[in-house]
Amino acid sequence: MARIGVFVCHCGENIGRTVDCARVAEELGKLPGVAHAIDYKYMCSDPGQALIKQAIAEKKLTGVVVAACSPHMHEKTFRRACGSAGLNPFLCEMANVREHCSWIHEDRDAATDKAVDLARFIVEKVKRNVPLETIRIPVTKRALVIGGGIAGIQAALDLADGGAEVILVEKEPSIGGHMSQLSETFPTLDCSQCILTPRMVEVYQHPNIKLMAYSEVAEVGGYIGNFDVKIRQKARYVDAANCNGCGACQKACIVRKVPSEFDEKLGKRTAIYVPFPQAVPNIPVIDRASCAYFKAKAKGVKKDACGKCKEACSKGAIDYEQADTFVTEKVGAIVVATGYTLYSIGKDQPEGLRGYGEYGYGTIPDVIDGLQFERLASASGPTAGKILRPSDGKEPKRIVFLQCVGSRDPAKGIEYCSKICCMYVAKHTMLYRHKVHDGQATVFYMDIRANGKGYDEFVRRAIEEDGARYVRGRVSRMYRDGETIKVQGFDTLSGEPVVIDADMVVLATAIRPQPGIEQLAQKLSASYDAHGFFNEAHPKLRPVETNTAGVYLAGACQAPRDIPDSVAMASAAAAKILGLFSKAELEREPTVAKVDAALCAGCFHCERVCPYGAITRIEVRDRKGNLVKIVAEVNPGVCQGCGTCQATCPSKSVELQGFTDEQIWSEINALLA
Amino acid sequence: MALPAEKIEAFEPRITAFVCNWCTYTGADLAGTSRLQMDPNVRIIRLPCTGRIDPLFVIKAFERGADGVIVSGCHPADCHYTSGNYHARRRFAVFNEILGFLGVEPERLTFSWVSASEGQKWREVVNDATARARRLGPFDAFRALAGRSA
Repeated sequence: MARIGVFVCHCGENIGRTVDCARVAEELGKLPGVAHAIDYKYMCSDPGQALIKQAIAEKKLTGVVVAACSPHMHEKTFRRACGSAGLNPFLCEMANVREHCSWIHEDRDAATDKAVDLARFIVEKVKRNVPLETIRIPVTKRALVIGGGIAGIQAALDLADGGAEVILVEKEPSIGGHMSQLSETFPTLDCSQCILTPRMVEVYQHPNIKLMAYSEVAEVGGYIGNFDVKIRQKARYVDAANCNGCGACQKACIVRKVPSEFDEKLGKRTAIYVPFPQAVPNIPVIDRASCAYFKAKAKGVKKDACGKCKEACSKGAIDYEQADTFVTEKVGAIVVATGYTLYSIGKDQPEGLRGYGEYGYGTIPDVIDGLQFERLASASGPTAGKILRPSDGKEPKRIVFLQCVGSRDPAKGIEYCSKICCMYVAKHTMLYRHKVHDGQATVFYMDIRANGKGYDEFVRRAIEEDGARYVRGRVSRMYRDGETIKVQGFDTLSGEPVVIDADMVVLATAIRPQPGIEQLAQKLSASYDAHGFFNEAHPKLRPVETNTAGVYLAGACQAPRDIPDSVAMASAAAAKILGLFSKAELEREPTVAKVDAALCAGCFHCERVCPYGAITRIEVRDRKGNLVKIVAEVNPGVCQGCGTCQATCPSKSVELQGFTDEQIWSEINALLA
Repeated sequence: MALPAEKIEAFEPRITAFVCNWCTYTGADLAGTSRLQMDPNVRIIRLPCTGRIDPLFVIKAFERGADGVIVSGCHPADCHYTSGNYHARRRFAVFNEILGFLGVEPERLTFSWVSASEGQKWREVVNDATARARRLGPFDAFRALAGRSA
């Protein structure tokens, strides 16, 4: 027979004012199985908790019900108190008679009746509670960082400096990300490469970091503390162990006019290439699609296939036979830092987005985007830092910058603000004026959002010191007129239409998540929003965690982010993971699902509905080793305890601990007094 | 079979609410912290997620004396467990269809999304469900069948 103790809290006057707590205790005391029922002014206070502990010992209680505030407030408090008195914490539950009763009703009788009911339900439930043991799972103290931009680099370095082993996976041939493409950064105008490349080298040389460039995450299995990650190392056709980065192969390459991804197609590269001179690792890759050797081979030409790079390599590092390889790594936590891509105004758009026909769908050669302008302004860029327009190489004397291209435009499918454009456009106008002293920059803007440290001052400087002309309004159309581009807009401050002749137009196009992010999110069982940005676990209180335990976020994969934000997120994620790794074992609430193998029919409906992939299939064999059936099993490390499997299970063979059918049924049965 | 006006006054419906722990339960907590006064007829049963709510719970509640039932959880795309509420939505779309067949007026079952920040909305859900059940009168068809009188 159950011996339940009921403890009714007055919460000062918060409950006592509208609920007759003495009557609640009295009524509950009459219930079968209730061995002890009292009321007290402040149950959560030390003397209040002492009453509970004392009663557990003296009355030999088998369960505790505290009728007080919301369990979100004090369930942990009371469970801890029970635990310290030797009662399994999961035999203690709370009835919410404050938020759900005394605070929302005035009629004392009605409120008291309701409080009695609420406590009664919980008493019936607790009678069916069973002791649960905290789940302990081991932790692999290695982390995987996906993405080698500034966020991934920061996370990897912080983790490695904190003593954790790190695997940094980057899909491009070099780490560095978009930051390595930038010329100078706002609001200090310090050179991006100057601050980034030492960090890249540090990653390469750090004893705790294993850098896997030109690699992608193929599969993710397991759960927090125990992920198994399969990584595909794409074939470079260059043996990394032998290559000394001399660059002879690139000099020898006969294919010299491949548009460079790093230079945003404004510059050219060879078919065997490193993306940029400071690349880390400084090991070239052969771009199979443009390589003369591979093209010839694909056509079936045996002799005279190019092979120039192989001849030029003194180390014999070129290996045309190299194939993709797969490695599986065990890690305890994962940081997603996959960054962003820029929206393109072209005709071909992913579902839900629309291009800008009014801006020529990207066919006007001197209409470029922000990253292209960065490459033009960069000393390492295709023009060696001279601002020259792509069509004829002339110096543009009139540049128009357009903010919010795509961003904040529901008609084009993106309602959000891309956050960084106001700042980089201001920076572009300054860089432009510093390089072309007689040039005029005109900016079309909707609003100026310069809300960071030193940001507003920076925009002001662009206008006041560097002569940028800011026009508040949108551009409705642009078209070529001989050598100039006619930019038709509307100045909403003067209320007049404007037409500006420009030599070049720079579009601040929207920030979008990297393509393929949905597939990555699915591999990680992490959720993403309508635009494909990863969802954080809580927008305010858990900004760098996902809802999947052990998976963290850094940088622009979560939302448009500037460099300081990305770095802050990366350090936060690293701190979270180092906290996780500081324990020998992870402790988890045992409210997870459990399968009764005897009842399970093996239909695996649970497997289909589980949001976490926590269901695995196991074989049940008889003593002779014959297969009897295949049943479901729940991995307690992965299960988060939603209980969807239980409501779906036709044979009721899976039970969510702490919310079993028996417990809920008994609550419902208590509806009628 | 709505009740005449004077009987509606005297009848206090009993409503059971099956809510998820993360959105609606917390939204109801917020209603409390905001001291939003509402009808005292609803009794909440807390579950981790609407995905955990078995339609049989609803039938059982009606059998055990409920005159109305509320099922409420996180808004679509807000589920703490990513997708439990989608399963619940499908389940209850089908369940609604068979409710009438079971002899329960479909208006006795309220399905809603109440987020953790929607204390105000929770009050509306509670008051509306109570008013509807009050209008419909006591639900005793199941108990009559079971040979028990209400």
